[in-house]
Order: sequence, then structure tokens, then C-alpha cells
Amino acid sequence: MLSERTAFLVFSAIALIGAANVVTRKNPVHAALWLVGSFLGVAGLFLTLGAGLLGAIQVMVYAGAIMVLFLFVILLLNLDVTEGDGLSFARGASFLAAIATLALVALPFAQSRELRAAATPDHAAPDASAGNVADLLFTRYALPFEVVSLLLLIAMVGAIHLARRPRRDESV
Amino acid sequence: MVPQAWYLIVSALLFGLGIVGFVTRRNSLVMFMSVELMLNAANLVFVAGARDHFPARGTACALFVIAVAAAEVAVGLAMVLALFRLKKSVQADDVRELRA
Repeated sequence: MLSERTAFLVFSAIALIGAANVVTRKNPVHAALWLVGSFLGVAGLFLTLGAGLLGAIQVMVYAGAIMVLFLFVILLLNLDVTEGDGLSFARGASFLAAIATLALVALPFAQSRELRAAATPDHAAPDASAGNVADLLFTRYALPFEVVSLLLLIAMVGAIHLARRPRRDESV
Repeated sequence: MVPQAWYLIVSALLFGLGIVGFVTRRNSLVMFMSVELMLNAANLVFVAGARDHFPARGTACALFVIAVAAAEVAVGLAMVLALFRLKKSVQADDVRELRA
């Protein structure tokens, strides 16, 4: 039986190596495939957090639907892999921003013993099972749920309109 | 139990990689993938932060993020397609009509 800590280390390594390769691969198809690996790593992290439902949804929606969409568009465009070099200024700035993000998260933990200690879980709280999440979605989060469904409808209409081939008598 | 701090560090690393990818890459498809990485990092924080006291709420919030990400990808890829029809390229540097 894999210990929780080993599982955490393995899954975070998968997620981070996948992410690093997404950023560095020149070929967008390779980047997309590494992104699948990264998503699966994050799904594993959700499992170690006790959110099995979210892990399953992550695999289905992200690693399944969204990645197929990406690969489909890449194949549709039939791209060559040449890519202009990014600006060196942008490169330096982005590394600074990334390091600043990490430092903002890491510094409080390095300084405080309390934050580093594992909190005692509240066992009375409802766990992240599908039933409990559904209860929340249809009671406490009913309004955001409806808003998101509207957003998805708008996105669908917008995507169809944008990707539609313009008619000949119409200028774009 | 793995301390939450570790999850937050992993999430910060993922987010940082997303930032680097979004700013340095010029291929708009890879830029979108970097945005997905950052959204994933945010989801990880939601779930890790909610683990000890209200796990169900963390999952519910992460579900909303996933729905928004799906909408964003659908519209974004449609825009990339429209852009490709116009420019025969998906490089972000090739779209500079608004530059003075």
C-alpha cells in the first residue's frame, strides 16, 4: 500500500514535470500531450486530498474533453513548429513573476511553525462525496450554479459564431 | 497526513510555470495551455485549503472553476481558429494591427 506521502510526491512530480514540458516543448502537439500528463498528476493530487469526485471530473473534463479540443484544433490548423523567440525582457520578467509567486507562498510557511504543522481535520464536516457536493450545488451554491450554466450557454453560442465560416456576401 | 503547505507550494510552482509559459511563448495555443495550468493550480488551492474543515465546499468551488475553464477554452480556441483564417498563423506576434 502506497503511503499518502509517497503518493503526494509521485503525483506532484508528474504534475510539475508535465507543466515544465508544456512550457518548453516547441511542438504544440507535444506540449498538449505533456499537458495531459500534468492534468493527470493534478487529478492524483485531488485523490490524495480525499476529493475523488473532483479527480474523476478532472480526468473526464480536462484530460478528456478540453485536451481533445486542443488536439483537434492543432490538427485542424496543421501548423509548422517554427516559433519566433519570445522577447528576452518578457522572459526575465516572467521568471521574476514566477519566483515572486513562489516566495509569497513559501515565506509565511518558512517563518511560522503553526502553518507548517498539519491541521487537525474536522471529522464532523461533510466529506467531498458526490452526494454532499450535489447538496451544496443545489442549495448554498444554487445561484452560482445557474450563472455558470448561463455562461456555458453563452460560450457555446459565442464559439459557434466565432468559428463559423463567414458567408461569401459577408466581410468577415 | 500531508501538510497543506506542501500542496500550496506545488500549486505555486504550477502557477509559476503557467506564468512563464504565458509570457514567454508566442504560440497562442501554448499560451492557452499555460492559462489552463494556472487554473489547475487555483483548483489545487481550493481543494487543499478546504480539506480539513469543509471538503465539500472546496470541491464545489473547483467545479465552478472547471466549468469556467471549459467555457474559456471553447471561446479561446474559436478565436484562434478565426485568427488563423485571417492571418494564416497562430503566433501572437503576428497580430499587431492595434500597435501604434
